[in-house]
Amino acid sequence: MSAATADVATIGHRLALQRRGTVAVLVLVVLLASLRYGDAFYSGINLTSYFDDAVKYSLIALGMTFVIMTGGIDLSVGSVILLAGVAGGLASPHGAVVAVLVGVGTGAAVGAVNGLLIAHSRLEPFVVTLATLLWARGLGLQLADTQTVVYGTGTLQSLARDKIFGLTTGFWLMILLFVLAAVALKFTPWGRTVLAIGDSEESTALLGVPTRLPKFSVYLLSGALAGLAGVVLGSQTGSVSMDTGVGWELIAVAAVVVGGTLLTGGVGSIGGTLAGLLLLQVIFTIINFENGRGGIEINSYWQNVVRGAFLLVVVLLQTGVGRGRKKS
Amino acid sequence: MTDTTPEGPLLEMRGVTKSFRGARALDDATMTVGRHQIRALIGQNGAGKSTLIKILTGVYRRDGGEVRLDGRPVDFRSTADAQKSGVVTIYQEVNLVPKLSVAENIFLGRFPRRRGLVDWATMRAGARDALATLSLDIDVTRPLGSYRVATQQMTAIARAVSLEARLLVLDEPTSSLAEREVETLFGVMRSLRDSGVSMVFVSHRMDELYEICEDVTVLRDGRTVAEESLASLNQYELVSKMLGRAAEQVASGARPAARPRQQAEPVLSVTNAASAPRLRDASIDVYAGQVQGVAGLLGSGRSELLRSVFGADPLDSGEIKVNGDRPSLRTPGEAIANRLAFLTEDRRAEGIVPHMSVRDNLTLALLPKLTRRGIVDRKRQRQIVTDYIARLGIKAQADQPIVELSGGNQQKVLLARWLATEPAVLLLDEPTRGIDVSAKAEILALVDKLAADGMGVLLVSSELEEVVSACDDVTVLRDGVSVARVSLDRLSEESLMAVMASGEAVPSSDVPQKDNADD
Repeated sequence: MSAATADVATIGHRLALQRRGTVAVLVLVVLLASLRYGDAFYSGINLTSYFDDAVKYSLIALGMTFVIMTGGIDLSVGSVILLAGVAGGLASPHGAVVAVLVGVGTGAAVGAVNGLLIAHSRLEPFVVTLATLLWARGLGLQLADTQTVVYGTGTLQSLARDKIFGLTTGFWLMILLFVLAAVALKFTPWGRTVLAIGDSEESTALLGVPTRLPKFSVYLLSGALAGLAGVVLGSQTGSVSMDTGVGWELIAVAAVVVGGTLLTGGVGSIGGTLAGLLLLQVIFTIINFENGRGGIEINSYWQNVVRGAFLLVVVLLQTGVGRGRKKS
Repeated sequence: MTDTTPEGPLLEMRGVTKSFRGARALDDATMTVGRHQIRALIGQNGAGKSTLIKILTGVYRRDGGEVRLDGRPVDFRSTADAQKSGVVTIYQEVNLVPKLSVAENIFLGRFPRRRGLVDWATMRAGARDALATLSLDIDVTRPLGSYRVATQQMTAIARAVSLEARLLVLDEPTSSLAEREVETLFGVMRSLRDSGVSMVFVSHRMDELYEICEDVTVLRDGRTVAEESLASLNQYELVSKMLGRAAEQVASGARPAARPRQQAEPVLSVTNAASAPRLRDASIDVYAGQVQGVAGLLGSGRSELLRSVFGADPLDSGEIKVNGDRPSLRTPGEAIANRLAFLTEDRRAEGIVPHMSVRDNLTLALLPKLTRRGIVDRKRQRQIVTDYIARLGIKAQADQPIVELSGGNQQKVLLARWLATEPAVLLLDEPTRGIDVSAKAEILALVDKLAADGMGVLLVSSELEEVVSACDDVTVLRDGVSVARVSLDRLSEESLMAVMASGEAVPSSDVPQKDNADD
């Protein structure tokens, strides 16, 4: 990476453009959808399910953003959602606070294991979190005895269903966390160090800046947010089924990349991730909506084809950025 | 002794030793840096400079010896530790974080804060101030990587200054700078020295050392062999200390007569080759039946010359002829097709495929030829391998993983790999580095035989003894320019050293100097 120094300005610039592009496309798609479908698009179940999905995906995408900024990846978040969702569900009879604490705590514990192995034992993030993807899911299934875990009706569910200014509590929680994260990235030494590590871990260490703790912390955070997402999911739907979270880590990665964070680390944006996620979700919602109206017939498997195609386009754009101009 | 004595030296390193997995990297290294002093640290590749610097700055822990700063013993456990005591290093390849802003690079690890949050305004102002002391006025909010290397280096120095560094270690800071940028750097170094900062300066460019340094520490094979004032040593004496050959010790290994050229025209002819950043203007001819040597100090462009010929580095300008033709040699594949072979310098990184067998390693470059209808002809493969194992005296089984072999035998397998392609020209980059004496002799004997059988050989070696004994004619490179040819009748370690150090022996000043390619 150090060789292409002259292209660095371009990378930041192009990624910023890409972020603006993502936001612009998001706005455009929403506008077109409103024109085409009118108020029907915004009414009823459609909007609620859109934001319910957005909330849980965005929580893992937020954690993933920081992980990717360090140049790492966390493949375990989908499994952590299941494990923490199950743990939270089993704890839910003891009250909402206990359920949230247990869920987030479980996620954080798994994240801490990832973080220790990656930051201290210096193992590859890909391998470590792939292993965790397997064992965390296995543990979750074991814990639930492979039965759907039901969240007791109570404070949690009402929290999920309560609306403030027409949007769910979960939605506002998501917005709050994203704002806090954006502030942390821009205005805390931790946030700047996370970016520095992703840019060049060796340089950062040679500059006398400790790198282990920040590296550890991004996996801890990612795990904790995935744990929170598990509890949020349980409270939204009232239960956690056993196929929960399969493949979600890749939706998170896709959102992060579409949002203009460099997969190799060092450059990134919190708001971009949110925009990326909302855009991906809006496209699927429209596909579903069209299906519902009988306008087109695309089954849900095509969603992933769209996701994949979208991601490829963005990665192609980014690779063009990374490669920069050739020496003449 | 433990009292601070402002008049004593700022830094004393004595009897420092360090081993890596049994291999001695430093064995009684000593370095003293006075106050207001710029000290040169020189030595060949592998002499232990980097290790010594890394021990000084807390990256490595020493095994033995002592380090005193201001007369007090110190033992830095990390870069941060060294920084706290005012010892800061600026590495060869600027070790900063290019995607972050200039200001952040200067303040990383110690951001100014207000109510716990990073205070960007104060940070930017601080960065501008730090750069202003170096007479640099740039936009500190832009990513560091968007600036030229010289500016990045200044940023690294600004960081050091704002850390209140008392001892600044500059590890080959000039290697990627243009001439006037070097002058700017030297100006900054002088004013830092005048303001009380001491420096250790590492460079392979002799002229620079004499321009900016007062004293020199010379390392050889992990030992300090000289700590002297530069004024008392001329360039020639300095190089001879570095290489470990006394000026009087004239080589006796030269052969009485050159090997005969087997054709009037060179089999390989390179004219005015340039490849940014190291290779600037190199010309060399290789004749069938002869061994053409290339000598020069580290960083003189030796390896780069071979890499450019072989298509591994792009050639910016110049001409390469093979048997009088000008074939396209833009990739190693094209070079191989034109019957060139290139034994690289770094056996581990660029040569062997460690866990593959000797057989597979040996026939790797040959696979296309051995393949019939998509299947490797295993019978012919075995035959070739058995043949070369016998011819080169390789002590190994064909199906043994190559990583289990000694360095000398690994090198023979790699040599066999190229010989199996039946090349007309063999490019050898440090073919005997890191192998034992007897294997060395065997490889050189083999090179001699290959030349006698009509191959053209281009040999790069940093061991002058080897160059003198193996070659018929030697081209000396200096700062990427071929400055002299020394033919067999005048070939000695002494004559080579003289040319390598001074660059004089051939009119070189009248050759128009090309500008370094822009970045």
